[in-house]
Amino acid sequence: MHMINPSEILETLSMIDHQKLDVRTITMGISLFSCVTDDEKKLCDNIYDLITRRAENLVKVGREIERDYGVPIVNKRISVTPAALVTGAIKHPVNVARALDRAARTTGVDFIGGYSALVHKGITEADRRLIESIPEALATTDFLCSSVNVGSTRAGINMDAVRLMGDVVKQTAATADNGGLGCAKLVVFCNAVEDNPFMAGAFHGPGEGDCAVSVGVSGPGVVKVALEGVKGAPFDEVAETIKRTAFHITRVGQLVAREASRRLGVSFGIVDLSLAPTPAVGDSVAAILEEMGLEVCGAHGTTAALALLNDAVKKGGVMASSHVGGLSGAFIPVSEDIGMIQAAQRGALSLEKLEAMTCVCSVGLDMIAIPGDTTAVTIAAIIADEAAIGMVNNKTTAVRVIPAPGKRVGDSVEFGGLLGHAPVIPVREFSAAEFIHRGGRIPAPLHSLRN
Amino acid sequence: MNEMKKAVISVLGTDKKGIIAQVSRILYENDANILDITQTIVSGLFSMILIADISSEACSFDALKMELDALGERIGVQIRTQRSEIFEAMHQI
Repeated sequence: MHMINPSEILETLSMIDHQKLDVRTITMGISLFSCVTDDEKKLCDNIYDLITRRAENLVKVGREIERDYGVPIVNKRISVTPAALVTGAIKHPVNVARALDRAARTTGVDFIGGYSALVHKGITEADRRLIESIPEALATTDFLCSSVNVGSTRAGINMDAVRLMGDVVKQTAATADNGGLGCAKLVVFCNAVEDNPFMAGAFHGPGEGDCAVSVGVSGPGVVKVALEGVKGAPFDEVAETIKRTAFHITRVGQLVAREASRRLGVSFGIVDLSLAPTPAVGDSVAAILEEMGLEVCGAHGTTAALALLNDAVKKGGVMASSHVGGLSGAFIPVSEDIGMIQAAQRGALSLEKLEAMTCVCSVGLDMIAIPGDTTAVTIAAIIADEAAIGMVNNKTTAVRVIPAPGKRVGDSVEFGGLLGHAPVIPVREFSAAEFIHRGGRIPAPLHSLRN
Repeated sequence: MNEMKKAVISVLGTDKKGIIAQVSRILYENDANILDITQTIVSGLFSMILIADISSEACSFDALKMELDALGERIGVQIRTQRSEIFEAMHQI
């Protein structure tokens, strides 16, 4: 019998105690297709009943796994079928938003995601009703998260949807209090994935089964500490070190996912290999980039450092799990990462640098506070740029910006908890109004024709 | 035969008399069998890692963990009880 080696035990304990290794989320994906009816009240009841039944033990099982293995499981979440796909026969999708929120409250989860629409090629009436209700839905719920997919490599970019989302982001900032907290729960995607366990962009895609649990692991602190051991070494060694570390981290995710699936009697979805930071010291992706030798995240060289990190995380993690999926890579949310916050405060991180970084990170422009007087058209143009990067590079990109009401460049916005705080950074003041008002579709790129 | 269920108990704190005695008594009373102990004292800091077989029908992981947690609080050392799978998953392919 192989006995576990004490130094390995101490290494694991140190990762948990000092390097903030944790399982960021266990997310249960639930299909709502079986709830569909044209009776609005019945639809809401069906949804509430289904979710509270399926996820009844989710939080309890999460706590049990946490206790048995001694690894923190920070969030328990639910994702559902994009709501626009089940609200086609009713008038007021916002009632479904409230039913979802009630179900989240009853089950005790941290967030519920899937108040979503997939409109990368065209918008149905149901999609439009849902999208237009997003500001009200986010203002009148506590746990709900919303996302809209406006483009894909295969379909191109739906510029009508982009324009609409500029307005929706702006209205969401205006209707929710707390300096635009509603916008922290709203993501605009290109190439959205169907099995992402991370909020605010999680939904249970139409290609998924009835129910599945997926796990998102995290441990930027572990990677940072590992890199402290290879100071001055060439990048080959840096990449190897990250791969090894990512393997260890992902194995924990795989164990937790397998156990959660077994104990809940629900199929195992995927492990998402993402490095997700929190505002806590020692839990920062920016600090990893700085450990590679950059004075501050945002210095020239940051994009290259991030590209190496993002790739090595995947290579290390992929062998550690039977099913890898979701967003898998390194997240670079500004307000949720103490190193990113400090870099933005020092003026080292501009929107343009962040945009460049999104070409090689796992998602996109994330948790960025911009001036409250930024126009809907400018926000739409930011979305269009980001969607173009995703479309052309065959990757998921997203925009989660917060036009903080009444705030100007240099002010700070406080979101609280894992969402952190962010300095307001400038946007370009030149107009894109005529560009955005054209509408229509930007055609899919040549390499979308892959068959 | 079922695969052996194991717990890893790690103890860290200021050295004092009877830590091993009290931890192992709780293990004995809960029908857990000690498989391996590694213990050192570095400048007054007591550190022990103990691996125990908890496969016995009479042994409940929850009860064992609760008693060890209580002991840790009583004598002022950190005692952590975890199922061994997390370490195996992380370090063995």
